[in-house]
Amino acid sequence: MKTTVDLLKIGDRAIITHVDLDKIPLKLLEMGCLPDNELEIIQIAPLGDPIYLNVNNGSHLAIRKETAHEIEVEILEP
Amino acid sequence: MSLQNINVALIGNPNTGKTSVFNELTGLNQQVGNYPGITVDKKLGFCKLPNNIKANILDLPGTYSLNASSIDENVVIELLLNKNDKLFPDVAVVVTDVENLKRNLLLFTQIKDLEIPTILVINMVDRMKAKGISLDIPFLEAQLKTKVVLVSTRKGNGIDDLKNAIVDYKNLSTEPCLNASVIDPEYFDKLRTAFPDQLLYKLWLVITQDVNFMNLERKEIESSFAKSHADLKRLQQKETIKRYQFINDTLKIGQKIDLSSASDWRLKLDKILTHKIYGYAIFFGILFLIFQSIFDWSSVPMEFIDSTFANLANYAKTHLAPGELTNLISEGIIPGIGGIVIFIPQIAFLFLFISVLEESGYMSRVVFLMDKIMRRYGLSGKSVVPLISGTACAIPAIMSARNIENWKERLITILVTPFITCSARLPVYAILIALIIPEKRVLGIFSLQGGTLMLLYLLGFGMAIFSAYLLNKILDLKTKSYFVVEMPNYKLPLFKNVAINVVEKTKSFVLGAGKIILTLSIILWFLGSHGPAKGFDNAESLVIKKVKAENRLDDTEYLNDQISAHKLENSYIGIMGKSIEPVIEPLGYDWKIGIAVVSSFAAREVFVGTLATIYSVGSHSDEETTIKNRMNAEIRPDGKKVFNFATGVSLLLFYAFAMQCISTLAIVKRETNSWKWPAIQLVFMSGVAYLSSLIAYQLLR
Repeated sequence: MKTTVDLLKIGDRAIITHVDLDKIPLKLLEMGCLPDNELEIIQIAPLGDPIYLNVNNGSHLAIRKETAHEIEVEILEP
Repeated sequence: MSLQNINVALIGNPNTGKTSVFNELTGLNQQVGNYPGITVDKKLGFCKLPNNIKANILDLPGTYSLNASSIDENVVIELLLNKNDKLFPDVAVVVTDVENLKRNLLLFTQIKDLEIPTILVINMVDRMKAKGISLDIPFLEAQLKTKVVLVSTRKGNGIDDLKNAIVDYKNLSTEPCLNASVIDPEYFDKLRTAFPDQLLYKLWLVITQDVNFMNLERKEIESSFAKSHADLKRLQQKETIKRYQFINDTLKIGQKIDLSSASDWRLKLDKILTHKIYGYAIFFGILFLIFQSIFDWSSVPMEFIDSTFANLANYAKTHLAPGELTNLISEGIIPGIGGIVIFIPQIAFLFLFISVLEESGYMSRVVFLMDKIMRRYGLSGKSVVPLISGTACAIPAIMSARNIENWKERLITILVTPFITCSARLPVYAILIALIIPEKRVLGIFSLQGGTLMLLYLLGFGMAIFSAYLLNKILDLKTKSYFVVEMPNYKLPLFKNVAINVVEKTKSFVLGAGKIILTLSIILWFLGSHGPAKGFDNAESLVIKKVKAENRLDDTEYLNDQISAHKLENSYIGIMGKSIEPVIEPLGYDWKIGIAVVSSFAAREVFVGTLATIYSVGSHSDEETTIKNRMNAEIRPDGKKVFNFATGVSLLLFYAFAMQCISTLAIVKRETNSWKWPAIQLVFMSGVAYLSSLIAYQLLR
């Protein structure tokens, strides 16, 4: 199912399908947020923001909801 | 530094243990910046290598790539692009974390493209077994065209191998490990033909980055090879994908991870430390622990230092020839220096906690927890780091705001950080609290004095948040906002790293403050013991005449008191003090305090030393060797104590809010690249200070 990262729940795993450099910073790409890479939601901060991810099997990072909204993914069935 | 020394640059992602490698190589042979706090700028150290070769080791700020998105990254790129820099590396050592090899290698491939001899250090190899990781070193060396050195700074392994590899740097390959120009061959071919002498990757960096390199050529490159912004971005994305492809292909063969043997306590810790209730409870618990250590645990060594300096002053007084110079030494300089040395325990505790929080990886969790809350006040979760380390010193704190990506959030953080109670305020707070707050304990545990100090910290923090809120409303800056923070793995802090940090930073604080205090003491002493001829030179005859009229000429102590008081009042400093008295009188200060407050605008911590010097010039009693006692003994003409409750509170508020630190103003100017912001800061903060002191004194007196 196609969706964006801000809509995922803790524990969800997904494959990145599309990122747009006009909307997200290059730094995020360099930390592994590239198409075809897998990501997992580790934790969501109280109040729903920021979101703590494990991208590309080992790159752990936190991003804000508005950035997460720009990352399109395909959810993996558990 | 001598010319034959090898220049070594340590480069790597944040949290790879780069600084540990630096500490292992250099030990205490480091040239640290003048600012206490956490690493933000480059650091230089020296290292002896085999065969009597020496090396200058440069520890560069942690960066994720050579695409500059922060000042820290600019520092790295500008050095690596400038062959004429005297620190330009003969060899680059890229430090990586064995658990994060994939991401760490991105930077490595970029450094290789610059054709600098490069060594790949894989750090933290002691964790390979626990994580089920195995590496094929010969394969990695062949693919990455480098020498791989396995290091464990925790166990102290591999450092000798690294030293040998550095000595052998001339045999390292300078060939890039992948060809990035395939992302747009036509474009890169044109570039290559136009600039045959230049490295292709360098040209690419110059085109895509806003760095100060080859300024003259930059325009030329840009005009003939201009691409639209969108095109460049597309290419950068392609480049990053290309690099990851290469890294993935390499690691598929060179690295095996057996997930079944990987233990995951990271996940469990994260669940607790970022929990919506426990997470905050733990954070505030840690803050409480920090303050407890500052207020309570430090008191034992502090009392010892206090009495030592009092004894030293007494010793100087009894063993040196009596005279004005002895007075300066025993009553001005020694207590002034003592007034700083006494804070070593508190400052050391602060640095200890801050470096443990940073090293352990916990600070990132706090950033994560606090981001949404801080954003309400125009700050970022990352502002937590400057705000906490601001309790040590505003200068490194302001520099650590560099990794806040959003300019408005960063600017607000920079502007409000000086409200946080820094260690330079401690000497002032401590002595004033001791004078006006009784030494009592409430409920048997909480000391009233400690509670007051805590209140002052809260006041500073509250003011910082309140000003941030105001600035957020006032400042009309439209900036593109984004926020990326790495959540590093938890690590037990290395004793050596923490110890070096605490020792170096404390040392530089004490030496820095000591120098200012010594200089100011001597200047003030001179100004206090000299004056314009009229009224100063004939002080004795004037006073004798006056005392004769009072019929108290037999009372020699009284006479001497009167003479020195008259002299001080008519000295240069007395005249200066008297001239500012109308401004400070409504705050409850006499002219002596006024001088101390004014000289504190250079740096707050000189307050105590200044008072010590002024009082030593006008001294009358031999018994009062600690500054506290002397301050307590000061009385106004009407017989009341100078440092009464109202004046004390007024002074505390003034020091809590006023912008009294030239170094901070200078760093704000540097970080914001404009005099506008430090000027606003100076006026706003000092205005708040004056008003709140005025109100407090008028209400309390």
